[in-house]
Amino acid sequence: MEALMSLIVGVLTAGGVYLLLRARTFSVVLGLTLLTYGVNLFLFASGRLTIGAPPILAPELSRYTDPLPQALVLTAIVISFAMTAFVIMLALRARAELGNDHVDGRDNAGVASRKKEPEA
Amino acid sequence: MNHLVIAPLLLPLLVGTLLLLSRRTLSLAARRRLNLAAILGQILLAVELLILVGDGTILTYHLGHWPAPWGIVLVADRLAVWMLLVTSLLAFFALLHAMQGTDRCSRHFHPLFQLQLFGLNGAFLTGDLFNLFVFFEILLLASYGLLVHGGGAARVRAGLHFVVINLVGSTLFLFAAGALYGLVGTLNLADLSLKIARLPPEDLGPARVAALLLLAVFALKAALAPLHLWLPSAYASTSAPVAALFAIMTKVGAYSLLRVETLMFGEHAGILTGFYAAWLLPLGLLTLALGALGALAANELRRQVAYLVVVSVGLLLAAFGLGTADGIAAGLYYLVHTTFATAAFFLLADLITRERGWAADRLAPGPALPNAALLGGLFFVTAMLVAGLPPLSGFVGKFLVLRAALDEPVWPWMLGVVLIGSLLGIVALARSGSLLFLHIRGAGSGEPTHPPPAEGLLSASRPTLGLLALCLALLIGSGPVLDLAEATAGQLLDPAGYLQAVLKPIGIQVAPGEVAP
Repeated sequence: MEALMSLIVGVLTAGGVYLLLRARTFSVVLGLTLLTYGVNLFLFASGRLTIGAPPILAPELSRYTDPLPQALVLTAIVISFAMTAFVIMLALRARAELGNDHVDGRDNAGVASRKKEPEA
Repeated sequence: MNHLVIAPLLLPLLVGTLLLLSRRTLSLAARRRLNLAAILGQILLAVELLILVGDGTILTYHLGHWPAPWGIVLVADRLAVWMLLVTSLLAFFALLHAMQGTDRCSRHFHPLFQLQLFGLNGAFLTGDLFNLFVFFEILLLASYGLLVHGGGAARVRAGLHFVVINLVGSTLFLFAAGALYGLVGTLNLADLSLKIARLPPEDLGPARVAALLLLAVFALKAALAPLHLWLPSAYASTSAPVAALFAIMTKVGAYSLLRVETLMFGEHAGILTGFYAAWLLPLGLLTLALGALGALAANELRRQVAYLVVVSVGLLLAAFGLGTADGIAAGLYYLVHTTFATAAFFLLADLITRERGWAADRLAPGPALPNAALLGGLFFVTAMLVAGLPPLSGFVGKFLVLRAALDEPVWPWMLGVVLIGSLLGIVALARSGSLLFLHIRGAGSGEPTHPPPAEGLLSASRPTLGLLALCLALLIGSGPVLDLAEATAGQLLDPAGYLQAVLKPIGIQVAPGEVAP
């Protein structure tokens, strides 16, 4: 299970980083999402992987899962959801204001026409 | 356990919520007054806390009365309170400037302003790594809103970059926190400090990775090279009061680096002693050099000021990177100075932009300024402050940092880079000053237009004057302020007191004279 988990975290992170480096806001948002999935799984695994044990400390229980990573992951998920929503709104706004979805706000075709603006 | 410690968090949170809910019922004037009153309250709280921690006591607040390594703990030591005071004073003048009209652009300015302060205060007071992350997110979320406040293509473009870069930073922060938790099983800073010192050698590699990830995150927030490239366009395109308030944002990164450096990688940390200092010093100097070159190359005044922020971060972190008591004390003094001085410069740049009309803040010959004497005088004083020329507080700060560096083997590097960087800064500011005030072109050239009455400008420049007065007060009060900075550095370099205050079981915490809650 450890190998599978680390493979998933690795693949998600690598995919996220690759997409983040793309030039369109859509892939950047997608990359951020993959990255946050990766980090959430990583956080979840930081308390060691156990199967069939509750995250509760009680005298009658012999084994339990560390409850703290679960609390951390919950917080991290909420925050990353909110942030992703915000980035999407901002990307839409940028699309409307700048006229295209390039992260720098300039299309390859539009470079020549846009370059003139600052000098005008 | 002192309940005053949580007050700097509750006050902005409650007032921010109230402002958010009342945005349709209360008039703008009433909301402005409420916001201002809340900031005044925070200044008073910070002063009160400063008096309480001035003798070296460390106040803690255990949320829900849970003992420290398991529960959430807030810690107010000298450093945290120092930062609280700087933040609230800065926020006061930034808000005064915003009340001249910037806050009308959107309904959410005032709530976001308070929530930003909530995040900042929380980041300074929190005693564990995960809550540091949470407060970072709070202050960033508020700052995203403030950054694009007012709209416009430039702000949206810079805002998008700022948000995406900071989200990547947050992800790295979570990776670092998760790795540290997986290694030592705690996220409380004091507990981490104890456990990192006792780390078995086979865990050293992962610990280094986690520490470097953490360094990268804080360096990103502090705009340390090579992670500083987001800052100039973000700060140059946002509105002036927000840019002034953001002068403290890079210092949050610097604060976190200092906290982690002294607490987790200090003298007692075993093999990892001095792990951060080794990175901070060269990177700080590199930042300083790159920032100075950027200031020289900038085409707009606000972009130039943003690069000067980068320069100050470089000097600050190089001073912290010395790792000695003198270096940290000098850095703390310089931190206060540079926060106020660069904030004043952002506000002043806004005044100049307004007065120059079509030429805005472009560093090119433009129309004659109607009130060149007042604005030019302010520009001269602020430029001297920021460049660190004698006899103002910038010089004192820079002198202290250099004097602290003289005891270290790296002094030739430090002296060379700082002095050449200062020279470049002076050249850049002299160039922009002469372009803004002396080279006149356009419709009004030849005979200066009749200057309109200066009263409006004088009242508009009051927040700037206030920040400059704070710098002057810092100069006049150098002695006591420096004593406090040295005491703070001493407290940081001897974390036993911090560990004691945080980790002592909660029952023993209550002093005999104190009324139990």
